[in-house]
Amino acid sequence: MAFLSYLISGLGLGSVYAIIALGYSMVYGIAKMLNFAHGDVIMVGAYVSFFAMTLAGLPFVVSALAAVVICTMLGMTIERLAYKPLRQASSLAVLITAIGVSYFLQNAAQLLWGSDTKIYPTILAGAVSLFGGQLSISYLTIVTILTCILIMVVLILFINKTKTGKAMRACSEDKGAATLMGINVNQIISITFAIGSGLAAIAAVLLCATYPSVYPTLGSMPGIRAFTAAVFGGIGSIPGAFLGGLLLGVIETMAKAYISTQLSDAIVFAVLIVVLLIKPTGLLGRKISEKV
Amino acid sequence: MKFIKALWNPKLRSRTISYLVVVAAYILLQVMMATGNLSRLFTSLLVPVTAYTVAAIGLNLNVGISGELNLGQAGFMSIGAFTAVVVSALLEGAGVGALLRLAICIATGALMAAVMGWLISIPVLKLRGDYLAIVTLAFGQIIMSLINNVYVGLDPKGLHFAFVTNTIQMEPGGKLLISGPMGATGVSTASTFTAGFLLILIALAVVYNLMYSRNGRAIMASRDNRIAAESVGIKVSQAKTLAFVTASCLAGAAGALYALNYSSFAATKFDFNNSILLLVYVVLGGLGNMTGTVIATALLVVLPEMLRFLQNYRMLIYAIVLIVIMLVSNNEYLRLKMQQLKTKLTRKKGAPANE
Amino acid sequence: MKFNQFVKGGLAAVMAMGMMACSNSGGSATTTTEPTGGDAALKLGFSGPLTGDASVYGLAVQHAVEIAVEEINAGEGVKFVVNAQDDMADPEKAVSAYNALMDWGMQVSLLTVTSGAGQAAAPQYQKDNMFGITPSASSTAVIYADAENSANPYGSVFQMCFTDPNQGTASAAYLKKHAELGTKVAVIYRSDDNYSSGIYNTFMAEAEKEGLEVVSTAAFVNADTDYSVQVKQAADAGAEIVFLPIYYQPASQILVEANKQGFKPVFFGCDGMDGILSLDNFDKSLAEGLYMLTPFSADATDEKTQNFVKKYQEKFGEVPNQFAADAYDCVYAIKQAADAAGVTADMSTADITAAMVAQFTSMTFDGITGTSMKWSKTGEVSKDPKAVVIQNGAYVGVED
Repeated sequence: MAFLSYLISGLGLGSVYAIIALGYSMVYGIAKMLNFAHGDVIMVGAYVSFFAMTLAGLPFVVSALAAVVICTMLGMTIERLAYKPLRQASSLAVLITAIGVSYFLQNAAQLLWGSDTKIYPTILAGAVSLFGGQLSISYLTIVTILTCILIMVVLILFINKTKTGKAMRACSEDKGAATLMGINVNQIISITFAIGSGLAAIAAVLLCATYPSVYPTLGSMPGIRAFTAAVFGGIGSIPGAFLGGLLLGVIETMAKAYISTQLSDAIVFAVLIVVLLIKPTGLLGRKISEKV
Repeated sequence: MKFIKALWNPKLRSRTISYLVVVAAYILLQVMMATGNLSRLFTSLLVPVTAYTVAAIGLNLNVGISGELNLGQAGFMSIGAFTAVVVSALLEGAGVGALLRLAICIATGALMAAVMGWLISIPVLKLRGDYLAIVTLAFGQIIMSLINNVYVGLDPKGLHFAFVTNTIQMEPGGKLLISGPMGATGVSTASTFTAGFLLILIALAVVYNLMYSRNGRAIMASRDNRIAAESVGIKVSQAKTLAFVTASCLAGAAGALYALNYSSFAATKFDFNNSILLLVYVVLGGLGNMTGTVIATALLVVLPEMLRFLQNYRMLIYAIVLIVIMLVSNNEYLRLKMQQLKTKLTRKKGAPANE
Repeated sequence: MKFNQFVKGGLAAVMAMGMMACSNSGGSATTTTEPTGGDAALKLGFSGPLTGDASVYGLAVQHAVEIAVEEINAGEGVKFVVNAQDDMADPEKAVSAYNALMDWGMQVSLLTVTSGAGQAAAPQYQKDNMFGITPSASSTAVIYADAENSANPYGSVFQMCFTDPNQGTASAAYLKKHAELGTKVAVIYRSDDNYSSGIYNTFMAEAEKEGLEVVSTAAFVNADTDYSVQVKQAADAGAEIVFLPIYYQPASQILVEANKQGFKPVFFGCDGMDGILSLDNFDKSLAEGLYMLTPFSADATDEKTQNFVKKYQEKFGEVPNQFAADAYDCVYAIKQAADAAGVTADMSTADITAAMVAQFTSMTFDGITGTSMKWSKTGEVSKDPKAVVIQNGAYVGVED
């Protein structure tokens, strides 16, 4: 029974990672850049929804929407100001700019909102009790997992069925060819950042509802973990990001529960290395075919 | 004269410029120190700058020359640093003088890091692109996490090790060298700016000799086109391993130099952020451009210290400066204008443009 | 010359000019409070994390020092001018910050705010024979060159806070004595943190000696966001007491998690726990019945504490935590020593240090984090940790 309960909290943690990883993976797939500022967009989303609830007294859903709107705008602004001018530059140059943006957001948040932790309001208290109270699953975990699945399904449909989605796939295949087909690549990349940042806001709300602390460097660790999850599942693949996130959460929880709480970090990364050695492009990643 | 001309030929020019920049900076700083024109703050930054420079030169070999994104370079610095702490304590017990102790520590730190680098390169180099990057990140995190749980003590009986919980029982006079999350404490310092300067020269010599050797050409060929390189008989994985091990070896030496400059530091110093910072130095200096790496490292280590007058806003401004530098140095329009300007200038001199 | 090289050349020139420009001024001073009196003011410096992850502690110290110096400069006796430097809680940056302070001409110091930074900076204080008293760097390695054996003290470095081992021993002794709280103890600590593992190690050693029954120990690291496993392990082991030698931010998350799991033991913390009640939007009922050993409580009714807390709240809009209180005491202790020894700003650093060390090892100081405080020659403070319990959202003193 203890095992099941660990499994469920692992799935809860994993589904938060998964939502972040979805945003990461989308941006990577289209823009081919590791957006290290993604975690900090999450942090901004967390603060926005926190203040919407505590200062403005808005209900949870409205404040979550506010976070989505503001993060989407923020994501597009960052893209426009910091990444777009580097479209022709090497991907490493963009990576460094992303790190600059990440530092900027963290320090701006600290100056604006102070560095002490703020406690996120309780959302959806209570739990489903199973097996005569031996196992309890909180409503929040259920909502998080369901949201995560919903987002994944919507994203897959969006990418495969809509015109914009198809254009995105075209861009991720070959930007040059996509341009020749009359696709506005710049616009598609902007839309991708908008969607990725919107997802970051949803992740922020769920992350903070589950682990209720809000502080300026909140996003950096989940950001790295989500990056790991995205690679784990096969970067650029949407179901892969989902699977990678869930597995990472479960492995982390199990490593803590059954091996060592001190070394859980090392264990998670060791499992990642082993998986990548067996499947060099992640669990669901496409095989890279090489041409001369 | 002929010799000097030979140093300036296109093949050797970049190498000569590197050495000149480093030597000139060293002389300038020595003069400033001797005349009392260098503040304590900047004097104290000299050794860390040289240490980061050596690690960044190694990383540039990895990222720029060999073309593999490495996000775990700080982990190798960490191995070098903690090896140096232990070796230094042993040597001190044996009564070895500071300079010799530093030299041995750097050598052993470099060796340890190279061995670890070789071991890690076996799985790492099986992967490509971002998958390779994430595995180096993973190794960096694992190294940090493990060292964070290591306890090493030294007493008259010898070295004692413990893992996760400190169970070391020492005889009187024993000293805990590495104490888990508290890190290394009470290190007796030995690093000097001159040692750091020499280490940079050695690092440059190693990297340039490698770059312009048969192996170096193999490494670059593997970077540019793996399959084409393989088809002409280059052993790609061997070439890449050589670059990776050399890079981690230099990081280890840098770590040892760093370690013996501070009396206390912890494993968390060499975290993911540190690896990223080293990468920033390399990218800003220019991939494959060693002179650029030296200058960019010095600039970016010193920059936050120069921004101290901004008080609590300094890291915010640092971030903005970083973004602006990246945007400006990659601006197509400016690049074009500069090229035009350069052509104009060279034409006036009457020499044909040759680049 | 390619464009890239041109840019780099430019950068190098800028850097060289910057170095020259700064070499004489030695970085800029961060003057927070100008003295109003006629006498020259003593130059008081410190470094702490003013940006980054740990900045909440550094800023608390900076704020408290500002209040204390404002009060002191308005009154009789010695006056101060303050310089606060950012060290991001990093040993390397702490050494740089120390050197920036020395370039400024620092005469007395509050050392550093955090332990890791203090460990790296303290040997410099010994080398330069500079006096410093840290508000909150509680590791023994801050005052001893040989921390493991508490030997080779630096001599000119003092602490306002308890050392970590001290807290571990005191906590174990308290739990042994008060068996009515429970006998089965679980420990949750942060394994990559100096403070937390410092207390944990001595607590475990002492618990074994005292015969305390420790039923489970679990750790977490900075990177963790999820504490469900650690809490569940403590609950499954049947713990009646959960010892949390950690800071209040992760502690608040553990309280939330325990509440979620319906686990209701007695929680017991050290001085890092102080601050939990002033967390923005924290549900104080979760901390009900939480015990902690802390030298400071913002709810204390004595005049000094109330005055400090009121001013701090007016100025910075938050309740001061134990870092702030220790820093406030540090400045007043320095003032008391300087006044008693007749220290003035025109004395040489060596004379100031000698006078301050002589005073600190002989005087008794009453502050807001304790009364009748004394310091040993090694720099350790002796004061009584007060045990408090949280009742109805406020600290209530309990018998030791």
